[in-house]
Amino acid sequence: MSNSLVVQLNLLLAALILLTSFALLVQRRMFAILHIFAWQGFFLGLSTAIIGYATGVHHLYLSSLLTLGMKVLLLPYILYKLIHKLRIHREIESMINTPTTMMIGIALVIFCYHLTAPIRELSTLMTRSTLALALATVMLGLLMMVTRRHAVSQIMGFLAMENGLFFAATSATYGMPMVVELGVALDLLIAAFIFGIFFFHINTTFDSLDVDQMAKLKEGD
Amino acid sequence: MPPLDIACISILLLLSVVALSPLLSRRERLLIPTAFSLAALASFAAVLAGFLTIQQGLNSAATIPLGLPGLPFNIRLDPLAGFFLIVIGLLAGYVSIYSIGYLRAYPGRRPVTPLVLFYLLFLAGMLMVVLADDAYFFLLSWELMAAASYFLVMYEDEKAENRRAAYIYLLVAHVGAIAILLSFGLMAGLGSGFDRFDGYTFDAMRTARLAPGWAAAAFFLAFFGFSAKAGVIPLHVWLPEAHPVAPSNVSALMSGVMLKTSIYGMVRVAFDLLRDFPWWWGGIVLAFGLLSAVLGVLYALMQHDLKRLLAYHSVENIGIILMGLGLAMIFTSFHFPALAALALVAALYHTLNHALFKGLLFMGAGAVIHATRERNMEEMGGLIHKLPWTAALFLVGCVSISGLPPFNGFVSEWLTFQAFLLSPALPHPLLRLLVPLGAALLALTGALAAACFVKAFGVTFLGTWRGHRKASQIHEVGISMRLGMTLAAVSCLGLGVLPTYVIGWMDIIPERLFGGQIAASAGRFGWMWLTPYSYERASYSGPVVFGGILAVVAITYLLLHVRGTAIRRAPLWDCGFERITPRMQYTATAFAMPLRRVFGFLFAIREQVEIVSPQNHPVMADRFNYRLRIRDRFWNWLYTPLADGAFIVARLVGKLQQGRIQVYLLYSFVTLIVLLVFLG
Repeated sequence: MSNSLVVQLNLLLAALILLTSFALLVQRRMFAILHIFAWQGFFLGLSTAIIGYATGVHHLYLSSLLTLGMKVLLLPYILYKLIHKLRIHREIESMINTPTTMMIGIALVIFCYHLTAPIRELSTLMTRSTLALALATVMLGLLMMVTRRHAVSQIMGFLAMENGLFFAATSATYGMPMVVELGVALDLLIAAFIFGIFFFHINTTFDSLDVDQMAKLKEGD
Repeated sequence: MPPLDIACISILLLLSVVALSPLLSRRERLLIPTAFSLAALASFAAVLAGFLTIQQGLNSAATIPLGLPGLPFNIRLDPLAGFFLIVIGLLAGYVSIYSIGYLRAYPGRRPVTPLVLFYLLFLAGMLMVVLADDAYFFLLSWELMAAASYFLVMYEDEKAENRRAAYIYLLVAHVGAIAILLSFGLMAGLGSGFDRFDGYTFDAMRTARLAPGWAAAAFFLAFFGFSAKAGVIPLHVWLPEAHPVAPSNVSALMSGVMLKTSIYGMVRVAFDLLRDFPWWWGGIVLAFGLLSAVLGVLYALMQHDLKRLLAYHSVENIGIILMGLGLAMIFTSFHFPALAALALVAALYHTLNHALFKGLLFMGAGAVIHATRERNMEEMGGLIHKLPWTAALFLVGCVSISGLPPFNGFVSEWLTFQAFLLSPALPHPLLRLLVPLGAALLALTGALAAACFVKAFGVTFLGTWRGHRKASQIHEVGISMRLGMTLAAVSCLGLGVLPTYVIGWMDIIPERLFGGQIAASAGRFGWMWLTPYSYERASYSGPVVFGGILAVVAITYLLLHVRGTAIRRAPLWDCGFERITPRMQYTATAFAMPLRRVFGFLFAIREQVEIVSPQNHPVMADRFNYRLRIRDRFWNWLYTPLADGAFIVARLVGKLQQGRIQVYLLYSFVTLIVLLVFLG
């Protein structure tokens, strides 16, 4: 595979990841969100594998497998079970309406391009042009956490943010050291379990997973 | 043994008693005499150390390898520190003796061990403040002193009043401590760089040369911080709250010596660490001194709680000390070392005197409260028959604080007067015009203080008993309390009669600080005559006045008693009334009424007369209820707006707390974006 083909493929996958980020941002149905998240993980894993192949950094294969295993199969499965058990199907109204959210998202992407422009000038890596998209994925994940009111979709936002971070690491330096990546993967898994436990507790305490209910915990004046 | 070692042993003795006294907490009747005798011993050791330091003109320093790694504690004992060791140690020794008797009533009622512990820690903290030679050890000791005294004020913590007072005290103390910390930080950082730690010693600060603006900032931060502790108006509000509620031996120490540590701090910062200053620093110190003195005594006049009255007098006396200090600073900045020495000696002399007579008065008030269980003067009266010792000793304190010869208060106030009256020598027209006006205010203060103590003594000790308890239940206090007060009273007399010795002996302090001396001119005519500047201007002879008063008293006594008709006891003339009740006596409120009318604009006064009549008709009145409420205006003018402002700000900040996760996430998000925009 020639280098330019790799760059093109990588850019395509980056674009798809960004697309899934936007899709996550506006999607309301829980199962659809899960599917989109799985697809995002799949594109991420694929992109990692391609970069690993092109650069000869072989531990990236392992990262790629981890990503596929964790983010495409395991986490969506856990969350799928959870959603079934808690009988959640639709998201509650989000804080900001869809077009506005999209506009903010677009502004964030442009901002990220502006922000990484100096790095694009300096870097010699073949993945340098995807850094902006990776950063945008992080931002969109955070935006998703801010705009959603449902605890489960906030978790999805958090996971999407983690995807973005992972992607940024591959784009900027061809991945983090293996030990770090294994650690992050483990953290993520444990986080998913803890979230699961929390969901149950929030659900039993407030009879809802709407995090706005938690405003009741605020100290009164 | 070198004085520095004696001082260290004194502190170690106090701290080891602190460590050991919990062992005796089951046997408090044994603990009290043991711990307080050792405290008195340690205090007198500190006095000895201070005395030897000044006598021999020593300046010894040492480094204690404690504290943080690379930041050892530095201590130094120079004549200035030695003088304050004497101030602290002398009164602390007397009060410790007094405490043995005073606390005898407590065991069984409430645990005394915490009081003993914090009392000793408080003493150790004050001695350490004076010995400290670096900002770190100084602030550590300062905070030890503040925290220990907080717990002492808090001692009877079941009363809401005590908790409130302790809270206000802690608040003011902390605001002050922050200002002092900032001041030291400025001096250390500007002197030897903000990236290094070795500027924290006072030695480094002495050699640092600060730009005038920064030096002023450092000085006024320190002045603010020390004023908060000293109770300079308008930072005085904690004093009248905290002193009445603390046990009397503690209020004697807090008012007598703790306030003086801040005077020490001011002298140290101004004359030793900064040294080079323009005249207006002294002018501001002088102005605050005048304000505190006049307002302090006026507020004191309005009080009828004995200890609260004394607390306001502390504000007044701190004002008088600050006058001397301010004048010394003005004279120094115009290079009049001899005049500056006179003013500084006056300030320091008054510091020592105030420690003694205020300690004596608080001990006397404690004895009265101990005997009568009453704090309000309006409920006392006629105690001179029941408590003859206490009455006589309290009278000595009253005469001293009113600045009457032959006691010590007169000498130091007179010296301050002399310093005021010599100010026309200044080469500044504005100062020549304004500073002598300060002398007028000082005179006013003295007169008002005398009026106030006529009231305090008269209402408390003269007339007949007004209280609810039976007068026969009141007994004279025990021997140790009387001993503590007698020692303080004798010291007051000694310092008043032999001022020339004292001045000659403490002359080394101004000499070391700025090279000014007054002993040569003050003691030119020997121990009989004190001539502070030159004998043509003014002279005072303590021994002659004392001898004259003794002679007049003796002759009068003899003349009256020779005939045996001096004392004739007869029924009181009742002016035709059928029955005279104690309620018909002159009250403290009535005594202060003329002055309340004259200076009424200074107070927030609410006066209500309520007529209680069964027929609801003013003419057929059954009873009149008179209510008088006098508040410190500073509460409304300064503190209420500050407190309200703090609440408004807190409520605004509290709006950040929305209780919604999304909003918190948004904060992080916005912060991230802003940081990326500005730093990316």
